Amino acid sequence: MGFIKKLFQSKQKKQKAQKYRIGMEKTRRNVFSQLDELLRSGNKIDDDLFEEIEEVFIMADMGVDVVLSFVNYLRETVELKHIENAEDLREIIVEEMFKKYVKEDIVDTNLDVDHDLSVLLFVGVNGVGKTTTIGKVAHLLQQEGKRVMMVAGDTFRAGAINQLRIWSERVGCEFFEKPAGSDPSSVMFDAISYAKKHDIDVLLCDTAGRLQNKANLMKELEKIHRVIRREIELAPHETLLVLDATTGQNGMNQAKIFNEVTHLTGVVLTKLDGTAKGGIALAVKETLDIPVKLVGLGEGIEDLEYFDIEEYIYGLFSDIV
Amino acid sequence: MAFDQLSDRLQMAMRRMTGKARLTEKDIEEMMREVRLSLLEADVNFKVVKSFTKSVKEKALNEKIFKGLNPSQQVVKVVHEELKELLGGDTSEFALKTSGKTTVMLTGLQGSGKTTTAGKLASYMRKKHAKKPLLVALDVYRPAAVEQLVTLGKQLNIEVFERGTNEKPEKIAQDALLYANDKDIDFIIFDTAGRLHIDTTMMDEIVKIKSAINPDEILLVLDAMTGQDAVSVAEHFHTALGVSGSIITKLDGDTRGGAALSLRQVTQVPIKFMGLGEKLDDFDVFHPERMASRILGMGDVLTLIDKVTENVDESDMMNMMEKMMSGKYNYNDFLKQMKMIRRMGSLGGLMKMIPGMSKLTKNANVDDKQLVYLEALIQSMTEKERRNPDLLKRSSSRRRRVAQGSGRRVSDVNKLIDNLDQQVQMFKRMSKMDPNQIDPSNPMKSMQQAPRKQKKGKGKNRGGFRF
Repeated sequence: MGFIKKLFQSKQKKQKAQKYRIGMEKTRRNVFSQLDELLRSGNKIDDDLFEEIEEVFIMADMGVDVVLSFVNYLRETVELKHIENAEDLREIIVEEMFKKYVKEDIVDTNLDVDHDLSVLLFVGVNGVGKTTTIGKVAHLLQQEGKRVMMVAGDTFRAGAINQLRIWSERVGCEFFEKPAGSDPSSVMFDAISYAKKHDIDVLLCDTAGRLQNKANLMKELEKIHRVIRREIELAPHETLLVLDATTGQNGMNQAKIFNEVTHLTGVVLTKLDGTAKGGIALAVKETLDIPVKLVGLGEGIEDLEYFDIEEYIYGLFSDIV
Repeated sequence: MAFDQLSDRLQMAMRRMTGKARLTEKDIEEMMREVRLSLLEADVNFKVVKSFTKSVKEKALNEKIFKGLNPSQQVVKVVHEELKELLGGDTSEFALKTSGKTTVMLTGLQGSGKTTTAGKLASYMRKKHAKKPLLVALDVYRPAAVEQLVTLGKQLNIEVFERGTNEKPEKIAQDALLYANDKDIDFIIFDTAGRLHIDTTMMDEIVKIKSAINPDEILLVLDAMTGQDAVSVAEHFHTALGVSGSIITKLDGDTRGGAALSLRQVTQVPIKFMGLGEKLDDFDVFHPERMASRILGMGDVLTLIDKVTENVDESDMMNMMEKMMSGKYNYNDFLKQMKMIRRMGSLGGLMKMIPGMSKLTKNANVDDKQLVYLEALIQSMTEKERRNPDLLKRSSSRRRRVAQGSGRRVSDVNKLIDNLDQQVQMFKRMSKMDPNQIDPSNPMKSMQQAPRKQKKGKGKNRGGFRF
């Protein structure tokens, strides 16, 4: 058990991880307590056991390919090290998880907001919580002393502009809009010129939800991205894919195609407070190497946290270590 | 559509079987492994996958598959039937009251698409069943949710009942019923706030709303992209409310939509409708049979036929056909035809319903904008040019003028000319084609091959296309 103990030696780290523990209480109870039972001492290691472990991970939406290769690794290790007791698998599972996802590198989850005018673009499919996330991020950045302006780039969905305006009033930040039905790229263009004149630090740009297989809408998004980049060099400084934690395997497609069109810098995983396991976040990290930067853990304005993959995995597995 | 990828995987598994004279039990087991993986990748709940593969395997073995002439087809049949069963057997639209008001409450997680669905359902009921709907805004939590419904109501010209966000939803719901009492409204849709199924306070609230209005139908709105959790979401809502049906949304995406399969299987709640796009008429009754066919890559001709008959005037269509066959087809007809197509919905969506086309369209992006450009081109022609396509073909200055007038390039004009030519050619061919030779599983292929098969002076049906 040395490996894990070492990781969570510091008290501070433990406290932070506690937050994930609470947020993901349900996940652990439903899914990983099963794992706990499977890995009781005395249980035999056989094909049935592996299949059941497979199912536990699949239940967490971790991605079938990822799970299969992971369980294969377990099989090999068991054979190689002549492991006979199921309990000994615990450490191997957690250790491999850390190796796989945490790797050696330190993942920087901080948002790139220290330019003269930083632009953050929020993209994603319909109904994942883009507007709500912008509300929470605005609050977070205001707390950090930034002058924030929201840009109502969803000119398509009924009520979207007002939804964002209400959030801006809650947060107490600036708000930029054009009439519903305007070309979203022109909204971005005008917002940037306004922001340059009015000493704004950070622009948070909302976009309409779009399914990634709609060629027209993805072209529109490409244009939005292009217009922003033309106005400010290297902007948008962050392009964040908002991903619903209840999403299944389609999350991979979303990340892949949005990344092709806009070059994502990170993922915001929303609604993680449900029974959602958000295992898709691991699959995205593994296959596309796009880190999760923020997680939404509730409906309140404060319910947003910087993501820490170590804590997340600890949250998932704290019952079995 | 959504189930394309699943069908690809299954087809792959099947293909290994085709060509084999007989299947061993091992073959079937191997295929079931593919089916299992494929369904898991499609987000079907793993418990459902287990029972599905088990029963397919049993049926495949019991059907004495080893003696069959074409065992792989038998397996396909068993899988298809099982899938259909899993999706809910026959179509189940809900029972509308013949007199009095039908009340429907929509419920579901945040972001599943309840408000949009409310608008779509109202519009559907007005169009299909001549109902006079009323939309009731009960989402008092999400900012601007009420406004979203009001805007939808305006777009559809459907009345919306709202009391802002300061009253309790159960009170608003009751007021709405009273309001509708002395009106000629006969279909009431209650749009509730999205809630997590494990949020006990919010779940208590929706139970209160339910007992305040006692709706005829309680429909769970579920995002087709939902992962393994779909089952527990459905179970929670069902336990709390006694849900009478569900609506699957965002099926126009590229999700494999396995959530729909598992939802139905685990809760036994029928799927009644599906949402298929951003437009307010992208909405239809859920057809398990069609969806099962779609899963197996058999296309969805039935939906296509429905769409065509719904949106196209038959006599219009006949006139058009006659013109095409006689070779007098011109740009005016082309324009008319395009308008017909556009009325039916997005081109990409239509293409995918045609058997054999789902593969073709996968990589070719069907861009609806192209239709707009084509329209602009034709509208930049003079009436004479439209009636007589030869004029454009002969004069480059005419082509240049049309290009300038429509803001397109001359090459686009040329493409349009080619396009019209091709259509005329194709219809000429079709009019000579023997209907008996069309391969139902792949009409496109037969269309291309037909003229070659046709031998001069032979064949009973020469010279006339049969409708």
